[in-house]
Amino acid sequence: MNGPVGTSPARGGGPDRVTGRQAYVADIHLEDVLHVKLVTLPCARARILGLDPAAALQLPGVRLVFSAADLPQPVPRFGPQLRDRPVLAVGETKYHGDPVAAVAAETLDAAEAGAAAVRVAYEELPAVTSILAALDPTAPLVQDPALRPGDPLAGGNVLREHRYGWGDLAAAEAQAEVVVEGAYTFPMVTQFAIEPHAFMAAPDGDGVTIWSSIQHPNWLQRVIASLLELPLAKVRVIAPDPGGAFGGKQHAKYEPLLAFMARRTGRPVRLVLTLEETFQAVRRGASEVHVRSGFRRDGALVFRDIKADYLIGAYADIADRTVAKGSYTSAGPYRVPAVRIVARSVLSHTVPSTAFRGFGNPQQIWAGESNMDEAARTLGLDPLDVRLRNLAAPGEAFIPGDTPADGSWAETVERAAEMIGWRTAAAPGRGRGLAVGLKEGPTTGLSYSIVRLLADGSVVVYAGTSDMGQGARTIFAQIAAQELGAPMEAVTVVMGDTAVVPYDQQTSASRSSVLMGNAVLLACRDIQSRLRAMAARLEGVDESAVIVDQGSVVIGERRWPVGEVLARGLGRLGGELIGVGEMRKEALPDHPLGGTAAFYEFNCTAVEVEVDRATGDIVIVRHVTVSDVGKALNPNQVRGQDEGAAIMGLGHTLMEHYILDDAGRIRNLGAIDYRIPTSMDLPLAMESAVVENGDGPGPYGAKGMSEGALLPIAPAVAAAVRAATGVVIRDLPLTPEAVWRALQEAAGPPGRDEVPAG
Amino acid sequence: MTGLIPIRVSVNGRPRELAVAAHHTLLDALRDDLGLTGTKECCLVGECGACTVILNGRSVDSCLVLAAEADGGTVLTVEGLAAQGRLSALQQAFLDTGAAQCGFCIPGQLLAAHALLGLTPHPDRAQVEEGLAGNLCRCAGYEQIIEAVLRAAGAPPSAAASVEDGAGQRSRPDPAATPDATVAPQ
Repeated sequence: MNGPVGTSPARGGGPDRVTGRQAYVADIHLEDVLHVKLVTLPCARARILGLDPAAALQLPGVRLVFSAADLPQPVPRFGPQLRDRPVLAVGETKYHGDPVAAVAAETLDAAEAGAAAVRVAYEELPAVTSILAALDPTAPLVQDPALRPGDPLAGGNVLREHRYGWGDLAAAEAQAEVVVEGAYTFPMVTQFAIEPHAFMAAPDGDGVTIWSSIQHPNWLQRVIASLLELPLAKVRVIAPDPGGAFGGKQHAKYEPLLAFMARRTGRPVRLVLTLEETFQAVRRGASEVHVRSGFRRDGALVFRDIKADYLIGAYADIADRTVAKGSYTSAGPYRVPAVRIVARSVLSHTVPSTAFRGFGNPQQIWAGESNMDEAARTLGLDPLDVRLRNLAAPGEAFIPGDTPADGSWAETVERAAEMIGWRTAAAPGRGRGLAVGLKEGPTTGLSYSIVRLLADGSVVVYAGTSDMGQGARTIFAQIAAQELGAPMEAVTVVMGDTAVVPYDQQTSASRSSVLMGNAVLLACRDIQSRLRAMAARLEGVDESAVIVDQGSVVIGERRWPVGEVLARGLGRLGGELIGVGEMRKEALPDHPLGGTAAFYEFNCTAVEVEVDRATGDIVIVRHVTVSDVGKALNPNQVRGQDEGAAIMGLGHTLMEHYILDDAGRIRNLGAIDYRIPTSMDLPLAMESAVVENGDGPGPYGAKGMSEGALLPIAPAVAAAVRAATGVVIRDLPLTPEAVWRALQEAAGPPGRDEVPAG
Repeated sequence: MTGLIPIRVSVNGRPRELAVAAHHTLLDALRDDLGLTGTKECCLVGECGACTVILNGRSVDSCLVLAAEADGGTVLTVEGLAAQGRLSALQQAFLDTGAAQCGFCIPGQLLAAHALLGLTPHPDRAQVEEGLAGNLCRCAGYEQIIEAVLRAAGAPPSAAASVEDGAGQRSRPDPAATPDATVAPQ
């Protein structure tokens, strides 16, 4: 294929990113802006007894102390799954960081001083911050049952319970020759985008303009319009490229608060969270997953029985959807005759968990793939062979009623095994581990694109995707350049402004290359049909005789550049051709998830490790990650996403976790006490590869691919640690301390000679 | 918070006179007083490196330097890297390897790399890893960032070819190559 698709042209927005010109929300200066600081309490849960703004209001520069009493009553609530989150806390704070008020001032210094001077009388209340505590029948209720009228679960802390399954479990259990089970925990971790969330709002005529580092500007527009009772057309959301998002910027957080404050003050208001505040705004759900799998002695899976509890936060956000979607595929990419899955979202007095790269799946895959590794050991079989024996074949309906297996997954696994040298012995003292990850792509979708072919043959693409680093801007430019024959330098992609760009449902689930990519492709095809009509008119032939072949218009043996046909066809007034593309992935009301998978992300990760027995430190000697991407539209960006996801996954595998105290406060807020991978934490060798069979539903056979390499990294590393040391660890992260303790435990109590003297 | 302190600093070769609050950082002065928003704010405790600039030839976390401390000093920020609008070898290499993803950490990475190459014009991979250890990238594009630095160190800008596939061969510095003047610290 000629043209830019499948090559790696420079990133759209790249020059601005290396010169400092890229304007993220916090870089945008609004005249007359007021700075906002949140007022929070130093405990997880408290009854708000009173709030005295007087001292704060006396400080120079402080213009407003805004609390729930200043909002419409009852205080408006919002949320993507359940409208349970109040704009500001009402009566009770429900997690460490839940704001009770916000101060607006002329300077950030004044806002900070004002926030510190607001006097809040409160009574600390008992908080539930663990699955065990939340499920205790005597536990305090996190959520007011009145928010869930008619819900039989509303009297407890389980928000929802999801049940999936197929086959006859009882019969399958009778057939199983070996049953392997275990419980696996996954900690609270945070997205830690290097750009902390930033929000601004300003009155705009009879409407409002919001600036946000949000992934879903159109969704935010709906939320604000609903809360402020404005027409959609009076809410403009400007969404500059986020400086990293990873799911943590999908849904509204403080934009509603700022919208109300802007209306109250009649001035622009601005809130840039500190990194510490982002820890209190977004995190991934913690989990405890119990897996019981039955096998025949030859390694064939007979059943899987999975019970998962996810510790979500005080408000639902999109957390319950992560539980539903992450658990739905928890039997893995395997042919399993009988499956029972029960997954619960458990509310707690902790930071509301939300989407985070992998969307509920890494927790399940940690459990399910660790269980596969333990099963292989119990069966005396090679973990690779156990995977290959059970993997669904292309086209196989491995989840009844859903999209059949859409890739040659065994090819991906074999490629990874070959790259790590699985069939050869590891060096003494080293161990290898391998795991697979599957994630259901988007289940519904709606993306529109408008493409304009200008008179000189250059192109403007409008796409409502957020380019948060995945490189969507580049991909859409490549598609337009490919279809319309324009050089990449002559394509502009416009994003991030609901007043200009047509609707896109969201930027999530690795959907954009597929769904928006198809919308862009359809818009280009729309232009091609207009070009055909134009050429037919000019040449006096039937439209069916005209072919648009990338940059050329072809009639029989004659061939013209697109620009030449355009110039003649548009005539002296000039003008342009406008194409519209609409890509839908319809909902299926009877489907357990509301729709089938648009595609599956599939990855196999294999690692080789050394474990320092004295310190418990894990050194990843080699890290191989292979993803089935259908078609790499931009191989260099694919590599960036794959390797980036893999290294991000090393974070929750090796080091990341929130530490809470008894009061439910997060003790390791911020970058000093919460570590993420640095350039010193990389595998000694990282190799990524892709499988491209052109079997995806996106343009040119592409599939979504930005999450796959994160999915199986934890079980792959744990399996390698087991292979190197014989120690099985079922709790993340695999910190040196955790590994060292496990090694000590496995070695048994120290002998007399080893007891230190004195 | 009362009483402003007058300071003079040279920022990207341009002399500037400012009156700064005693508790304001160099980062505050750059972003808020001078409008140089290329320098980014994230952790504010000197751990993430997003605010890295070169002060008097040394890379610093500008969130940990009081603006008043910079009085009389010379500061280089990301806005000063491209001389006469021409990208430096490092900037070009970051573009070519695809090192810049979301881009938020990139100004800090560039300045840290700039300082590294000033001290060690031909670093090996381990030296680059260590030189950038204080700059977090949550897109975790470390492999491509490291490649970019090695490429900038090893080849003149004109030789920086665009990456046409994702094979990810690690480039190695060429010890015979001439150091690029644009990557020396100021």
